Amino acid sequence: MSPPGSYQASALAASDIDAYLEAHQHKSLLRFITCGSVDDGKSTLIGRLLYDSKMIFEDQLAALEADSARIGTQGKNLDFALLVDGLAAEREQGITIDVAYRFFATEKRKFIVADTPGHEQYTRNMVTGASTAELAVILVDARLGVLTQTRRHSYLVHLLGIRNIVLAVNKLDLVNYDEARFNAIVGEYREFADRIGIGEFTAIPISGLQGDNITSRSERTPWYRGPTLIEHLETVPLATDADQARPFRMAVQWVNRPNQQFRGYAGLIAAGRIHPGDAVRVLPAGTTTTISRIVTMDGEPAEAVAGQSVTLCFTTDVDCSRGCVISAAADPPESADQFEATVVWMADEEMLPGRTYWLKLGTQTVTAQVQAPKYQVNVNTLEHLAARTLELNAIGVANISTDQPLVFEPYELSRDLGGFILIDKLSNATVAAGLLHFALRRAGNIHWQQLDVTRELHAKLKNQKPAVLWFTGLSGAGKSTIANLVEKQLARMNRHTFLLDGDNVRHGLNRDLGFSDADRVENIRRVGEVAKMMTDAGLIVITAFISPFRAERAMVRQMIAPGEFFEIHIDTTLAAAEARDVKGLYKKARAGQLKNFTGIDSPYEAPTAPEIRIDTSKLTPEQAAELIVSALIS
Amino acid sequence: MSLTHLQRLEAESIHIFREVVAETSKPVLLYSIGKDSAVMLQLARKAFYPAPLPFPLLHVDTTWKFRDMYALRDQVAALPGIQLLVYQNPDAKRRGINPFDHGSLHTDLWKTEGLKQALDQYGFDAAFGGARRDEEASRAKERIFSFRAANHRWDPKRQRPELWRIYNARKARGESIRVFPLSNWTELDVWQYIHLEKIPIVPLYMAAPRPTVRRDGLLLMVDDERFPLKAGETPELRSIRFRTLGCYPLTGAVESTATTVPEIIREMLLTTTSERQGRAIDRDQPASMEKKKQEGYF
Repeated sequence: MSPPGSYQASALAASDIDAYLEAHQHKSLLRFITCGSVDDGKSTLIGRLLYDSKMIFEDQLAALEADSARIGTQGKNLDFALLVDGLAAEREQGITIDVAYRFFATEKRKFIVADTPGHEQYTRNMVTGASTAELAVILVDARLGVLTQTRRHSYLVHLLGIRNIVLAVNKLDLVNYDEARFNAIVGEYREFADRIGIGEFTAIPISGLQGDNITSRSERTPWYRGPTLIEHLETVPLATDADQARPFRMAVQWVNRPNQQFRGYAGLIAAGRIHPGDAVRVLPAGTTTTISRIVTMDGEPAEAVAGQSVTLCFTTDVDCSRGCVISAAADPPESADQFEATVVWMADEEMLPGRTYWLKLGTQTVTAQVQAPKYQVNVNTLEHLAARTLELNAIGVANISTDQPLVFEPYELSRDLGGFILIDKLSNATVAAGLLHFALRRAGNIHWQQLDVTRELHAKLKNQKPAVLWFTGLSGAGKSTIANLVEKQLARMNRHTFLLDGDNVRHGLNRDLGFSDADRVENIRRVGEVAKMMTDAGLIVITAFISPFRAERAMVRQMIAPGEFFEIHIDTTLAAAEARDVKGLYKKARAGQLKNFTGIDSPYEAPTAPEIRIDTSKLTPEQAAELIVSALIS
Repeated sequence: MSLTHLQRLEAESIHIFREVVAETSKPVLLYSIGKDSAVMLQLARKAFYPAPLPFPLLHVDTTWKFRDMYALRDQVAALPGIQLLVYQNPDAKRRGINPFDHGSLHTDLWKTEGLKQALDQYGFDAAFGGARRDEEASRAKERIFSFRAANHRWDPKRQRPELWRIYNARKARGESIRVFPLSNWTELDVWQYIHLEKIPIVPLYMAAPRPTVRRDGLLLMVDDERFPLKAGETPELRSIRFRTLGCYPLTGAVESTATTVPEIIREMLLTTTSERQGRAIDRDQPASMEKKKQEGYF
């Protein structure tokens, strides 16, 4: 064991600090991910990389020596795994560790390592770690060869767009540095790699424990002629350099407008290079203009490239704000509002097809709906499975539609314009990550047919203002009873109405839907669409649905024209509704014969600010109807 | 042209600053006067240039910083376009809480409580902090955007996955986020950047002869007459500097002759102890950083 002070970098620092700084200043950066379980020797390998590049100080080393002696598994030697397994205690406390990031540097490069510990939540963690990595080190135990988890890791890093894959055949010391064993594993992996579309990979025989072929070539593998792991990491071409050769793309983060004289557009260049005088197109509008200046605090450079954060100014006044994408004028990306995408579900609560989520892609945030998945991928066998929804750690392919066009590129081309997250609108949690593959032609080809008899004319003919009276409340609260009274009273006043009743709709339009959360969401979405068409026809629509989720009621509210949606909460205690139990449903639910019954084993989310709230303990159904009608007419 | 690692770190930090300003309503930069704060400030100015900083700096003051630190703070506050807020916990002030008599209560009241009070008083919904993932083993897993419930509590189960360059800054009323733009910087990167960008730092980072006493294995600097000397202690002049700056005497100095940034870097590369070693705060009890974070300290 050599003391930390003896490394080359330090030697140079000691003798000529200016030369050292000059060299260090010009290092590039490589972010990579390590895949493998504890048994593959991943922690030992990372620990060794940190140790060999002097990222461990004496006090940490002293702790490592003490721990190695106390709980280490390597006898008198240092147990490098203890350096990075320090998070175990936190795992026991229930602290979720998605990804731990480690840092080390060699003479040529600085490295950021994404380390995804543990088996639980593996998909979610690996996807997170792989999203910022451009190289993956896949560890295989030389004794065990290519395992199910090797395939899973390879599939995930390939899915996330990592094209530099290192197959590190580890623990070679335990198979006597046997060349045939190494070749057999490489052959087996080659076959699998071909199957999932991994073209090139670099196989390196190593021993993390003994240090073979990590930083220096091992004498025990004379048959191996390739680079050591560090040599490969130091010289592999950077994907970020390749980005500079693509057409220019920059998502606008923020408009810089300190005064009337200056207006600049700030962002991080995702691809290409830019110069004053370059013609650009601002999307989604498609306006063209020319770059006048590139502004930074360090002066105005003649060129800026992918990976830099800059502020761009135009020669002309064009409409451009956060969410716009500035692109090469001659080669702009597409815009669309319907896509096929791979979705990785990351939340405990399952995906609800039809529910609206926030979709954030670069600096664009829109409302999106995910359709029921076309299929789910079994990450162990790569089989496609039928699925109605996606649960935590599930990966599926589904169509996605958005309420506004998104400027995008296929994920395979651009992580910045093809990768997105989904955000739950109520909890604000990040519930999924997604990769856009292509736009569905439908979006471009179905145009809205302009009709001469407009919704205004429909309403005028009926001499009324269209509206949706949306009743919500527990089963047995009295929604249908009161809704019926309201419709009768409006009919007497010569108003044109239509009542959509929950039970009735389920006999026809929605008879294919059950009572799972996903089906409930779709039930409400369809009713919302029908109600919207009826308001276009000039009708006053009355709906009586439990509609237990806030998110769906908010979704319908958004569909309907402003001022035309009245949320009416028929507010009854569960005890009162259950005591009434007109249809005998509560009894069945309590007996376990009815699943997903609202109030019993499925939640009811009461409205926080309904237009009208009816307290059934204070009003008779007639009084309630009276109150609703007068509120509508006034 | 291949970007250097510092150029890429700089671009990432600037991107983070801009995302927060675009997506939150009232951000603030927590300015602790140390070298990490100095780098953060430089990056923030670059992010919004030529506009002035779109948020104020907040110094949660313990009244127990070194005199040199207050001097630099006031210099920074005088820069054009910089608004500096200073907050001192009135309760700690009233009770005369100090590091000599009150131990970890000093940090709790002045810093942890002071920070919460200041954020509440001004209604900030996002606060930039200078923490880095390389500082300590348990920080390696930290998010760049760290969510805090309405009472500032850090709930490990509610932290969000961070993919690509996409940060989810959405939150309910009363909730806030702490944002760490230097997450991916190492101590060496910070020093290298200070050197390249010629960023002004507190002179205490550079070696000079200073009055010191040795106590409990730490080398403490006697900065002013408030330092209570124990029986038999006489301040001795030693050539010292600080690797991290906090409250004296919680921060220990190291003997050094490094008087320029390159010399500091050389010393750092040849040194064999990690940066936080000089901080008494980490050694109070096992996993103490983790506990302090749950309570609302950075």
